[in-house]
Amino acid sequence: MTGRAPSGRVFALHAAVILGLLILNFVLPEYHRGVFSRVLVLAAFAMGYNILFGYTGLLSLGHAMFFAAGLYGAGLPVYHLDWSVAPAFIAGIVSGAVLALAIGFLALRTTGVAFMIVTLMFAQVFYLITLFFTTYTRGEEGLVIRQDLRHLRMGDLDLALTDPSLRYLIALVLFSAVLIVTLFIVRSPFGRSLVAIRENEERMRMLGYNVFTNKLAAVVLSGAFCAASGAAYALLFGYVGSGFASIQYSILPLLWVLLGGAATTLGPLIGTLFMFYIVDFTSGFMPAYLLVVGAALILLILFFPKGILGSIRERWAPWLP
Amino acid sequence: MAAVTPLLSTRGLRRSFGGLKAVDHVDFDLPAGEIRAIIGPNGAGKTTFVSLICGRVLPSSGTVTFDGKDISGLQAHQRVRAGIAYTFQITSVFANLTAFDNVALSVQRRLLDGKDKSGALHDGVMDALQKVGLTGHANAVAGKLAYGHQRLLEVAMGLALKPRLLILDEPTQGLSDGEIANFIALVRDLSKETTILLIEHNMHVVMELAGRITVMEQGRILAEGTPEAIRADADVQRAYLGA
Repeated sequence: MTGRAPSGRVFALHAAVILGLLILNFVLPEYHRGVFSRVLVLAAFAMGYNILFGYTGLLSLGHAMFFAAGLYGAGLPVYHLDWSVAPAFIAGIVSGAVLALAIGFLALRTTGVAFMIVTLMFAQVFYLITLFFTTYTRGEEGLVIRQDLRHLRMGDLDLALTDPSLRYLIALVLFSAVLIVTLFIVRSPFGRSLVAIRENEERMRMLGYNVFTNKLAAVVLSGAFCAASGAAYALLFGYVGSGFASIQYSILPLLWVLLGGAATTLGPLIGTLFMFYIVDFTSGFMPAYLLVVGAALILLILFFPKGILGSIRERWAPWLP
Repeated sequence: MAAVTPLLSTRGLRRSFGGLKAVDHVDFDLPAGEIRAIIGPNGAGKTTFVSLICGRVLPSSGTVTFDGKDISGLQAHQRVRAGIAYTFQITSVFANLTAFDNVALSVQRRLLDGKDKSGALHDGVMDALQKVGLTGHANAVAGKLAYGHQRLLEVAMGLALKPRLLILDEPTQGLSDGEIANFIALVRDLSKETTILLIEHNMHVVMELAGRITVMEQGRILAEGTPEAIRADADVQRAYLGA
């Protein structure tokens, strides 16, 4: 939780996780490698959400708009303007960051339930905009980005993002980058300020901190991470649709983070992975699998109220960041 | 007194809550280096008055001048950076963080401003903790400290900002006699480096520490003077000391 936590152990753990995921690329069966690719990209979404929800204590119900801003910010230029993937990816991140700056500036005038509702409303507006411009987005049906457009070309190098192994590795690079930046942030003075704002906002103000700008920075960082995830999703999986801007994709990162452990660096990965596999597993047995998923989630919250990693930190490993 | 610009002054400071005039047209001057106590019955407007000074509450009208500059338009966090620190009447520490981390947030703020590059984080924190006598509790979680220690931690967070004006809002509330004696010594020590504005109900503490006393009643300043003069003042006795 502080700069005095054992750095060696923390870095070793994170390095081990990244290394383990790298090895999985070569041992996982094809189907599971595909699932993991998706999970890694979406875990970046969850980590972005965690910056704001877990560390800063701001519960947003509108993060689908940041994910979708990245998705469309990267997908539309590729689809309509034949942009190559690298500038499109950057355009996606910038879209999310700019949107987060504007939304944060307005929504941070509120707190608590009002903040939840304001972010929810903005996300609905974003969702409806994607439907309104159906000419360009094709709404719920969405756009499928042609495979030949999804190539990363650098000089003589021509990498097809549709290749399963490369796709996995790129997802891993994105995941690792977001994880490392998150780890760096939460151990920095800025990260400690965010946690302190979560704990006692008024006290922070009276210690001379500009609470508003700190929160705004958290919203922008969070929005940029989520947009990076959205942009990568569009480019790696080639589908851009309004469904990703819907309320469901605002609730999912909250669920992933709660399951894995809010305000833990690795919790979002665990939560996302857990959700994917419990759905995957139960849907193989019965049509009413969501019932089982719901029951499992309730049990988990009852016995691990702080999420999987949050509870582990509380009971056995207080040094976890 | 007139020749020197006071560190802090207010002119025509007013704040109403609905029909209640919590602070009513207060002109107040505080020279640098002084320990000033503000006393008055409950509801006299003492906490509202200092909240207006540190910006937690906005005035209905009037100005606050600090170190020759009008700070009426500054937000609370900007006033803190200008050198006004406030310790809360109701203990407001970060309960889940250690004592060290609580104070580190103050020191970190000061280091970020670059006003004081000499002290590293660790030294700054331990220095503040040592002044209030909490060195041995540095790694204790703040919420689990004894109440008196939490009060002292609150003070340590204030003084770690190295303020030019330290506002202490009923700091001895809930402290034992022994802790109060230590506290008096602490404030005397602090007053060598900073000006202190103290809201206090314990008359023993007030008489021991204050260079001058300001008495408030119903949002106004009723009297101001040395402890001896205040003790002798008939109005004060009627309003507050209960004669």
